[in-house]
Amino acid sequence: MEDLETVKFQPVIFADYSPGEAIRKAVGISRQDVLFELKESKIKGRGGAGFPTATKWMLTAAAKADKKYVVCNADEGEPGTFKDRFLLLEHPELVFDGMVVGGITVGAQKGFVYLRAEYEYMLKSLEDYLQQMKKDNLLGENILQSKYNFDIEIRLGSGAYVCGEETALIESLEGHRGEARNRPPYPVNTGFMGFPTTVNNVETFAAVSHIITKGGEWFRNYGTDKSTGIKLFSVSGDCEKPGVYELPWGTTISEILDLAGASNTKAVQVGGASGYCYPKTQFDRKLAYEDAGTGGSIMIFNESRSMLKILKNFMEFFVEESCGQCTPCRIGNAKLLDGIEKLEKGEYTFKYINQLIDLGRSMQVASKCGLGQTSPNSFISILENFREEIFAKSSGGRNVN
Amino acid sequence: MDVLEKNSITEEITGLIEQFGRDRSSLLPVLQGVQRKHQHISDFAQQEIARLLDIHPVEVYSVISFYSFLHSKPKGRNTIRLCKTIICDLLGKNEIEEALERELGIKFGETTNDKNITLEYANCLGMCDQGPALIVNERVYTKVTPQKVIEILNGIN
Amino acid sequence: MLINDESRAPVSQKPNKLELPAEKEGIGSNVTIEINGEKVTVPFGTTILEACKNNNIHIPTLCHHDDLCIAGVCRICVVDVEGMKTLQSSCTFPITAPIKIKTTTPMVRKARRHIIDLMLSEHFGECYSCVRNNNCELQKLAKEYGVDRYNFGHIQKSKYDVDKSSFSVIRDMDKCILCKRCVRTCIDLQEVGVLEAVNRGIDTTISTFLDKPLADVVCINCGQCINRCPTGALHANDPSDKIWEAIDNPTKHVIIQTAPSPRAAICEEFGMEPGTSLTRELNTALRRIGFDKIFDTNFTADLTIMEEGTELILRLYNALVEGNAEVKVPQFTSCSPGWVKYLEHFYPEFIDNLSSAKSPQQMFGALIKTYYAKLQGIDPADIVTVAVMPCSAKKFECERPEMRDSGFKDVDYGLTTRELAQMIREAGIHLPEMPKSDFDDPFGEASGAGLIFGATGGVMEAALRSIIELVTGNKVENVFQNAKIIPVRGFEGIKYVEFPIEGVAEVPAILKPLIPDWKWLEGVTLKVAVAHGTANAKKVMENIKSGGKLSECHFIEFMGCPGGCLGGGGQPIPTNAKIREKRAEAIYAEEEGLTLRKSHENPYVNHIYANFLLDGPCGELSHKLLHTHYTKRGKFID
Repeated sequence: MEDLETVKFQPVIFADYSPGEAIRKAVGISRQDVLFELKESKIKGRGGAGFPTATKWMLTAAAKADKKYVVCNADEGEPGTFKDRFLLLEHPELVFDGMVVGGITVGAQKGFVYLRAEYEYMLKSLEDYLQQMKKDNLLGENILQSKYNFDIEIRLGSGAYVCGEETALIESLEGHRGEARNRPPYPVNTGFMGFPTTVNNVETFAAVSHIITKGGEWFRNYGTDKSTGIKLFSVSGDCEKPGVYELPWGTTISEILDLAGASNTKAVQVGGASGYCYPKTQFDRKLAYEDAGTGGSIMIFNESRSMLKILKNFMEFFVEESCGQCTPCRIGNAKLLDGIEKLEKGEYTFKYINQLIDLGRSMQVASKCGLGQTSPNSFISILENFREEIFAKSSGGRNVN
Repeated sequence: MDVLEKNSITEEITGLIEQFGRDRSSLLPVLQGVQRKHQHISDFAQQEIARLLDIHPVEVYSVISFYSFLHSKPKGRNTIRLCKTIICDLLGKNEIEEALERELGIKFGETTNDKNITLEYANCLGMCDQGPALIVNERVYTKVTPQKVIEILNGIN
Repeated sequence: MLINDESRAPVSQKPNKLELPAEKEGIGSNVTIEINGEKVTVPFGTTILEACKNNNIHIPTLCHHDDLCIAGVCRICVVDVEGMKTLQSSCTFPITAPIKIKTTTPMVRKARRHIIDLMLSEHFGECYSCVRNNNCELQKLAKEYGVDRYNFGHIQKSKYDVDKSSFSVIRDMDKCILCKRCVRTCIDLQEVGVLEAVNRGIDTTISTFLDKPLADVVCINCGQCINRCPTGALHANDPSDKIWEAIDNPTKHVIIQTAPSPRAAICEEFGMEPGTSLTRELNTALRRIGFDKIFDTNFTADLTIMEEGTELILRLYNALVEGNAEVKVPQFTSCSPGWVKYLEHFYPEFIDNLSSAKSPQQMFGALIKTYYAKLQGIDPADIVTVAVMPCSAKKFECERPEMRDSGFKDVDYGLTTRELAQMIREAGIHLPEMPKSDFDDPFGEASGAGLIFGATGGVMEAALRSIIELVTGNKVENVFQNAKIIPVRGFEGIKYVEFPIEGVAEVPAILKPLIPDWKWLEGVTLKVAVAHGTANAKKVMENIKSGGKLSECHFIEFMGCPGGCLGGGGQPIPTNAKIREKRAEAIYAEEEGLTLRKSHENPYVNHIYANFLLDGPCGELSHKLLHTHYTKRGKFID
C-alpha cells in the first residue's frame, strides 16, 4: 500500500491524543457525565444514517438486560469509502478506546469489531494492539483498577456489503445470512442474541475518544448547527490528490474539489453508490446531514466519463449485493439495471424510464432496510441531473469516454 | 474422502468450535477457519459443522451461499480478487483484468489447471484512493499496473 | 408447562419482545391510535396488521402466515406511519405509542402495485395451467390491485427445473415469490430443516442442502410447506390421471378408502365454511365417479388399535414382567408416515420403539389384496387400491418397498383431499348437494374410535378406550363421561396423562393365548403422552433422551402434522389454527353421534379375527400382513 494523502483541516480526529486517555477519563467519571458530553457534542453517527450517538447510547444504557454488547461496524463497504481503513491502520487507539468508553457507558462487557473480509490484512496488527491494551490494563477485567470489565473480539465478515447495515451485521455475528431485521425492535433493545446492543461506525468511536477527553463543547464548535464536528471524507476519482480529508461539516463540494485538485469536473457522487450524484450546478451544496449527507464518500468524475457507465457500475453492484430477502430490493434493482441496459442499446421509451424512476421511489420507501431504500438514489439522481447526456440521441450515452 | 481424512476434518472443526463456542454465532468463524485451510467447505465439513453446532446442514449451506468469500466448491490454493467497483474500473481495471487472464490463461471465475490460482472479482476493496486494487488471499496490492501483475504473480508460489 | 417452549426461530423473526403491562386494564395496557383518521384503542404491542384486521380494515399480506413467525419480507403490507420517513410493514410493527396510520395513501397503493408488478415479472408459468389457479394469493392480489399487465416485463424462460424427485412434494421454483413461508414451516414450525434460502440478491432461491433433489435429503414429506405456499411453487405429486385411467379400464377393480380427516375438510374445497363432515355425501360422489367399492379407513383404524394395543400389552409384559431389556418402552405410534420418517432420520436409535403395526391405510391395502380378493374371487393383480388421505407423506408410505406384503403394492395410490376434490369437480359433481349413502361391505361400518384418529390425541383415546375396558373390565363410560377422554384432546403441543389401574378383570379370549392374566397391571399407573407436529415430537424425544419425565411413559402418540391428520399436508388450503379447530369439532361431533365407539366392539373386526386372521392380534398372519419394519436412515446426506 502506498502512503496516503491526508488533509488535516484543523486537527480534531487527528488531534493530539495519548492512547488510553479517553478510558482513563471515563473510569473516573459517571456514566451520566459521559452521556452528557456526548449529548453536548451533538455528534451523529458517522456511518451515514446520522442517528444521534448520545441517544443510541442512552437507550442502550437504559435497557434492562443481563448482558449488553458494543459493536464496532468496520464493514466499510460503501464504494468510495476508505476512511475507516485509515483509522484502523493509523489510529486503532482512538477506535478501541471509544469502544471501551462505550462499554463502560452502556454497561456492556463485551465488544465486537465486525471487520470486513477485505480488510483481513489488518487483522494481525489490530489483534496485537488489543493484546497490548490488555497488558496495559485498558482492556479486560477491572480496567485501570476500576469496577469495569470489557473485552473486545474481532470478527471477520465474509464479503457482503449489506452487513454494513447494523441489523444485518448482527444477524451475521449470530451466524446467519446477513439479512436485515425488522425494526422495531431496534438493536438498542433487541440486538446481538436478543440483548441490547449499540452498533457504531469506526469513525464515531474515534470521535468519541476525543469528545470524552476534550469535551462536547469543543467538538460542537466545528461544523454546522445540525451537523457538528469534523468529518473524514474519502475523496477519490478524477483528482490529483485522492485521500482522506478531515474537514468540518458544511464544507461545500467545490471546496473539496479545489483541495483535491480536481479539474474539468462533471459530476460528484456524494455518499457512495447509495448516495446522490450532483452536477456542476449544484457544487455549492454543503456536505452536511441537512444538505448533502454522506458517510464520507466523495467520488469525482470529470467530463470524459460516461454517466451511464458509472450508473451501470453502481446498479450492478446493488444487484449483486442486495441480500434478496425483500421484494422491492431483490427484483427492483435488477429492473433498474435492465433499464440501464436498454438505455445503452437505445431500446427504451421515455414512459418506461419514467416508470422505472417511479419504481425507484417505491423502493426508497418500501424496502426493508437501508440498502434497498438508498440503492435507487444514484439511478434517480443521475437520470434527473444528467438527462441531456443520457438521452442524447447521437450517443445514446454510449460513445462518451 | 477416506475415514482418516474425515476424522481429521471432524477434529479440526471440533477444535474451531472449542475456540469460538458451541453456538450458532460461531458459524462464520468456523467456516472461515475451515476455508482458510482447505480453500472451500466440503459437503462433509458442512454436515459436520451442522451436527456439532446442532443446526441443519441446509442452514450451513445457505450461509455459505450468501457470502461471496465462502465457497462450497473447491478453489485454487490462492485466490486473486480484483476490485471491479467504479473507481478501480475508471482507473484501469480492464487492463489488469486482461493481464491476469492472459498471464494465467484462465478467465475470471476459473481456476488454473494446477489448482494454484483462482481469479475472482470483488466489490469495492476500500482502496479507491490507490486503484486499481486487488487482493491476493488477504494481502492487498494497490495502483496495480499490467507490469506489476507479473511481479505479483511471480510472488505467488 | 412440561417442556420449555422456546421457539427455534431466529431473533429476527420473533415478534417484538415487549414487556407487557401486568394488568390487562392497567395504565399503559392500551394505546389509542388513529387508522385512516379514525380513533381506535388497541392493546399495547398489537401489530398494525392485527389492529387493522380487528377494525375491519383490509391489509394485503403474502409472507405473513398465522401459523408462522414473522418475516416482513414481501413488503406488500406496508402502510404509512406519520413521522416515519419510509413506509412500515404492518405485520411486523408493534404499536407502543399513539401513532397515526394511513393504509391507502397514493404512496402506499403505488408501492403495493410495484411489489406485485415485480413479483409477477419474475413469476414464470401461466395461471390457467397451474394447480393453484383460483386459489393463489398472488393471483388474488394482482386482481385486487388491478395489476393487469406486465409493466416491467415478464420472465420468458424457465430458470429452474421442476423437482419431481419426491413421491410426495413437487417443487417448481419458477413460481416461487420468496415469501419464505416454506422455510419457516420447515425450520421453525416442523424443525425438519430441509429448506432454506440460498444464494443472495436476484439469485436467491429456496433450496435444499447442496441443491439436492428433495428425495435425497431428510424431507419427511409432511407437506406442511405445501399448505402454506401462497402460489403453485409447492404442490403434491398428483396421481389422479392414473386413477382415472384405472377407473376407465373395465378390467380393473378400483377400490377407494376414505380417511376421516379428508371427509371433515373437503367441504372447504366446495365453498363451505370449515367444520362439516361430508362422509356419506362423499360415498355417493365416489360411486358416481366410478369407484367399484368404497371402504372406510376407520375399519383398519379399529384393526390398528387391536394390533398396536396388543403389541403394547406384550411390550409392557415382556419389559416389566419378563425383564427383557431388548424390548423397548415407551411404544411409539406408527400411523403417521411423516413422523415415522422423521424418527428414521433424526432418532434412528429409537426405531425399535416404533410400533410395528402398519398404518390403517397400509393395513387396508394388504387386506384388500388378500382377504377381500379371495372373498370376492378377484385376481389381486386386477385390483387398484386408492387411499384418500389428508396427507402427502402417505404417497411416500405406499411406495415403501416393505409395503408389499400382499405380494403386490398394498396401496397403489395415495390421493390427497385437494386432489380428490379436483376429481369430483372434473366429474361435474357439486359434493355438498350429493345424497347420502353408506360404505360397502364386507368391511361396512367402523367405530368412532377409528374416526377420531383424525385429530391429535385420537389414536391415544381410541387405544385407551379399549385398554381400559379390556384390562379393568370397567365400562369406559364409567370412567370418562360419555367415553370422551378429554385430557388427551385439544391442541396443546405435548399432552401428558396418567391413568392408575385399579382392579383388573379376566383376560378376554382373543388375547388369552398371549397373556395369562392382568395381575401384573394391578396398581400400575399407565403413563401416556401425545405430541403433534414434529417440533413437539423433537421436544419429546429430547426429553426422553435426557431421561426426563417422558422417558417413563408407556405409550406415546406422535403425529407429524400440527393438529394431527386434520392439519395434514394434503388438506385444503389455507390452513390456520381456527380452521384446524373447526375440523376437529366436525370429527368429534360426528363421532359422538355414533353408537359403536370402541374398536374392540367392532363386529367386522371381530369377524375378520374369527375368519381370516385366525391366530389373533399379533399372530403370525397379522405379522405378515399388518406389521412392518423400519429403516435407520440417519441424517447424513451422501
